[in-house]
Amino acid sequence: MNLDPRLLRQAWQARFALLATILLGLLGALAIVFQARLLSQIVAGVFIDHHTLAQVQPLLILLLGVILLRVLVSLAGDLSANAVAVKVKNNLRTLLMRRWFERGPAGAEQQTGATTGEVTAAAIQGIESLEAYFSQYLPQLILSALIPLAILTVVFPLDWLSGLALLVTAPLIPIFMRLVGSASQTATGRQWQALGRLSAFFLDTLQGLSTLKALGRSLDQAQKVASVADQYRLTTMQVLRVTFLSALVLELVSTISTAVVAVEIGIRLLYGQIAFEQAFFVLLMAPEFYLPLRQLGLRFHAAMTGISAAQQIFDLLALPVPESTHLLESSLAAPNLQPPFEICFNSVSYTYPGRQLEALDNLSFTLHAGKVTALVGPSGSGKTTIVNLLLRFIQPQSGAIWLNDQLLSGFDLAAWRQQIAWVPQQPHLFHDTIAANIRLAWPAASPEDVRLAARQAGLADWIEALPQSYDTLVGESGARLSTGQVQRLALARAFLRPAPILILDEPSAYLDPALEVWLEQSIHQLCVGRTVLVIAHRLTTIQQANQILFLSNGRVVESGTHADLLSAGGSYAALLSAYRGGR
Amino acid sequence: MKIIVRLLGFLRPFTARVALSILLGVATIASAIGLLGASADLIARAALHPSIATLQVAIVGVRFFGISRAVFRYLERLVSHSVNFRLLAQFRTSFYRSIEPLAPARLMDYQGGDLLSRAIADIETLENFYVRAVAPPLVALIVTIGMSLFIGSYHPELGLLLAGGLLVSGVGVPVVTRILARKPGRQIVAARSQLSAAVVDGLQGMPELLLYNRSDAALDQINHLGRQMGAAQMRLAWAGGLANALNLGLMLLTLWGILWLSIPLVSADVLPGILLAVLVQLTLASFEAVLPLASAAQNLETSLEAGRRLFALADLPPMVSEPAAPLPPPANSDVELVNLTFSYAPELPPALRNLSAALPLGRRIAIVGPSGAGKSTLSNLLLRFWPHIPGQILLGGQPLSSYSLSDSRKRIGVISPHTMVFTATLRENLCLAQPAATDAELISALTHVQLSEWFSALPNGLDTWLGEQGHQMSAGERQRLALARLLLQNAPIWILDEPTANLDALTEQALIQTLLALSAGHTVIWITHRLIGLDALDEIIALDAGIVMERGRHADLISADGLYAHLWRLQNRQITS
Repeated sequence: MNLDPRLLRQAWQARFALLATILLGLLGALAIVFQARLLSQIVAGVFIDHHTLAQVQPLLILLLGVILLRVLVSLAGDLSANAVAVKVKNNLRTLLMRRWFERGPAGAEQQTGATTGEVTAAAIQGIESLEAYFSQYLPQLILSALIPLAILTVVFPLDWLSGLALLVTAPLIPIFMRLVGSASQTATGRQWQALGRLSAFFLDTLQGLSTLKALGRSLDQAQKVASVADQYRLTTMQVLRVTFLSALVLELVSTISTAVVAVEIGIRLLYGQIAFEQAFFVLLMAPEFYLPLRQLGLRFHAAMTGISAAQQIFDLLALPVPESTHLLESSLAAPNLQPPFEICFNSVSYTYPGRQLEALDNLSFTLHAGKVTALVGPSGSGKTTIVNLLLRFIQPQSGAIWLNDQLLSGFDLAAWRQQIAWVPQQPHLFHDTIAANIRLAWPAASPEDVRLAARQAGLADWIEALPQSYDTLVGESGARLSTGQVQRLALARAFLRPAPILILDEPSAYLDPALEVWLEQSIHQLCVGRTVLVIAHRLTTIQQANQILFLSNGRVVESGTHADLLSAGGSYAALLSAYRGGR
Repeated sequence: MKIIVRLLGFLRPFTARVALSILLGVATIASAIGLLGASADLIARAALHPSIATLQVAIVGVRFFGISRAVFRYLERLVSHSVNFRLLAQFRTSFYRSIEPLAPARLMDYQGGDLLSRAIADIETLENFYVRAVAPPLVALIVTIGMSLFIGSYHPELGLLLAGGLLVSGVGVPVVTRILARKPGRQIVAARSQLSAAVVDGLQGMPELLLYNRSDAALDQINHLGRQMGAAQMRLAWAGGLANALNLGLMLLTLWGILWLSIPLVSADVLPGILLAVLVQLTLASFEAVLPLASAAQNLETSLEAGRRLFALADLPPMVSEPAAPLPPPANSDVELVNLTFSYAPELPPALRNLSAALPLGRRIAIVGPSGAGKSTLSNLLLRFWPHIPGQILLGGQPLSSYSLSDSRKRIGVISPHTMVFTATLRENLCLAQPAATDAELISALTHVQLSEWFSALPNGLDTWLGEQGHQMSAGERQRLALARLLLQNAPIWILDEPTANLDALTEQALIQTLLALSAGHTVIWITHRLIGLDALDEIIALDAGIVMERGRHADLISADGLYAHLWRLQNRQITS
């Protein structure tokens, strides 16, 4: 039951700790049997044979030893079970992250539809929720088969009739568990959904409080919060009535069976068919016999969340990895980018997996050394795909990209990327100091280089006014960066990186006018002496380009200089007049 | 202590249910004890070979307890969970009611941090407060007292020993293990947040990491942090394992002690021999009551921590409160700002200085200036989100603060840069502005704001779900939705707070045309740093650092060649050739 082979394969990596957990569980079970023997001997000795304390003292001392053993075994068992969980969780997390990196940035979101948020949740909360599965459920599952078996082998030779009673009732528990388990599984799912909705509603309401207030609706909403919470209670209670019913059945089976065994041995004892010592031993063993199965029921619920999380994690792992693995280090030649050179897209097509529409359709163009090429076009026209190809996050599916007369894919990946400075639309800031965030682009840079890059990007004054200056952690002590500042930090990275090729994804949002002017100048300076591919949103940038490619549906529909395209009176000219429509 | 009393205070409406749930909890454990006790009694008596009639009571007892234990457990769980969720609903509504007057002024700290998301997490922490933290100790207390008295009635020393064992296991072990768990618990929280940051960095920063050839380093870092967290989790496992082992040890040692004390008593005929087997079983069964207390202590600790933060927030006095004796609704909707000066905190420089403006109904003005010039402050003041002194805002000739909050807000409609789309149907999202609106009115509003094409493409019309869990809207569509709300609200005064801040140039252009066309006849305060379409307005006020730099119509300001003309020229480099 719920033994996902994929989870078992993970558990195999921690097989020693898992084996230790099971062996300790068995040792514990043997200690319980031994303890019951001692107890029944002591009680029978005093009660039936009228032994004194002195006569049973050796047994009592032995009992102390068994108690100590059980305490130690319990502690060791807990520790080894946790060791299993800790090891498996870390392995699985590393595997998930490695697989995601193999997929690459272009692969991750567009190919799988899984957002960064979902993968983060899977890698942190999802994997943590496997804890209960590995540290409790899995060992318990094995023990619930082994311990009853061990008890039966001891009870049968002593009193075969009681053994039979236990043997007959035992399978009832897994059978009932199976029957009610599937019902409660769907019920639990429904309850999680209800809780999710309640939380989402509550969060939504609180986040929208200003809006509600401005609309004069915030007080009515209190009523709604109450009614939604009440609704949640009603659906949850409906679910719980079913879920608890399964617990009721399980408990009934074990308590009634205990009662049956007690009455059965009581009556046989009355007729002298069994000795008191054996009878008391069987009575002590009966609850212990059912305990592992009952605990399995309890832990099943704890493991449920883990199982559904595991499902999601394995789904993420099972997604296809594109043919080019990004972590693979090829030991090919480094590219030579001494001008003059040309980067030539030759009939390149690309379709993202799972998409119908081609992102690029038989696209050809050439980047010339030292020149600025601007990509213009509506969103979805293929601009970002061109950047992804150039960064080699993806490979052309047909056609090829050439550097002079050599295939781009023939060069060493790391060496090729070293030639590129990149300013993305949404740069990522790492949880580190400002200096480290800039230096990332060129680890060999000196502190003076970093300061110079920050100055060129127009960030230096702001950084140097911070109490810890360049050593300030991003996001802390007032160093929350505005969108404009994040853009400038990405520019600083590009300034710092001595790369002959610059890929620039211009910010599409408008800043206030003073910042806009500053940005233009900064970008202009950054382009000097480099081969530039820019996804352009500003007309000043576009006007200064040596070559404009107007893209639509993955094709170049128009190309030429600003003046060429304007006089041609096509799509580009139409776009421009729309811009000017405002004035 | 005060916090636990306040949290428990929420239970008052359900006193009867609470009593029932505790009673059922005690009955459950009593049945478990009864089952083991009666069965031991049964075989001990049977060993003396009496007539079967003498065994009848014990046999009936065994059967009864065998069934009652499971049934009581079922009922107890139903009642206690019902109390639990009623309590949770109470927490949520009461928290909402106390936080409503605080928004938004009190919900931001000076670093702009979000107090709200923490508060929401805290409420979720209280999810199982009753079942996990309140009920188990009460049940354990009653069972401990009852069983100690019962066993003590045979011999006081036995009762004392059992009471001692249960007390140490129920109170001592949780206290000790909480102390042991505190440090690794903190380490796990820290390690987890570091790991989480590294994972987010790795996933979101993947393009940069690949470009800069740092992906292996990032993966190593994640692996390393994962190991660090695993090490802390192992330390926590020690505390948990120790609690289990100590409880087991205490239970068995108490049993051992009971035997050690009672065997001489049986030999001396002070106690009947039959009782020995029964005592063994009763002792073992009694400990069932105290075993959940270790996790209850942990739950109580986190609940109290969450409660402390929630009460601290809920107890803040609101920034703006209703006037004691509000005036009747304003006679007209003329607004006048008189020497308005405002700063968000005493130590911060004023966001507005000496702003005066007369806004008779239908006058349309713009407030412009660089980012951070204090423009949005006016919106917060007119909506009475923040109080203001000195200076005055008059509505219908009387101070704004003399009307009830709802009367004054009814007159004012707002579009902000980020329009909140609630996770609800389109109808519910629109009806927030006008609960009584008919479908025809809603559709007409959508048509006016030029959303009819978008609307006709929706799968379920007005019943289409929007927001997080539903249909995603583009930034332009969201702003048009806000405008539709504004039309439905039918307020005479419109505040347009950077309504186009998140739009691209083409969408911005189209929205501004719509806004200008629909706002005719309304009082408009248009707050913006984008100097587009302003030539249609009656007055433009240019602010810098809260100070009015200049004011007048577009053409006048351009010819005056001051701040406005400067900003206008800078901006137009972008869109003219």
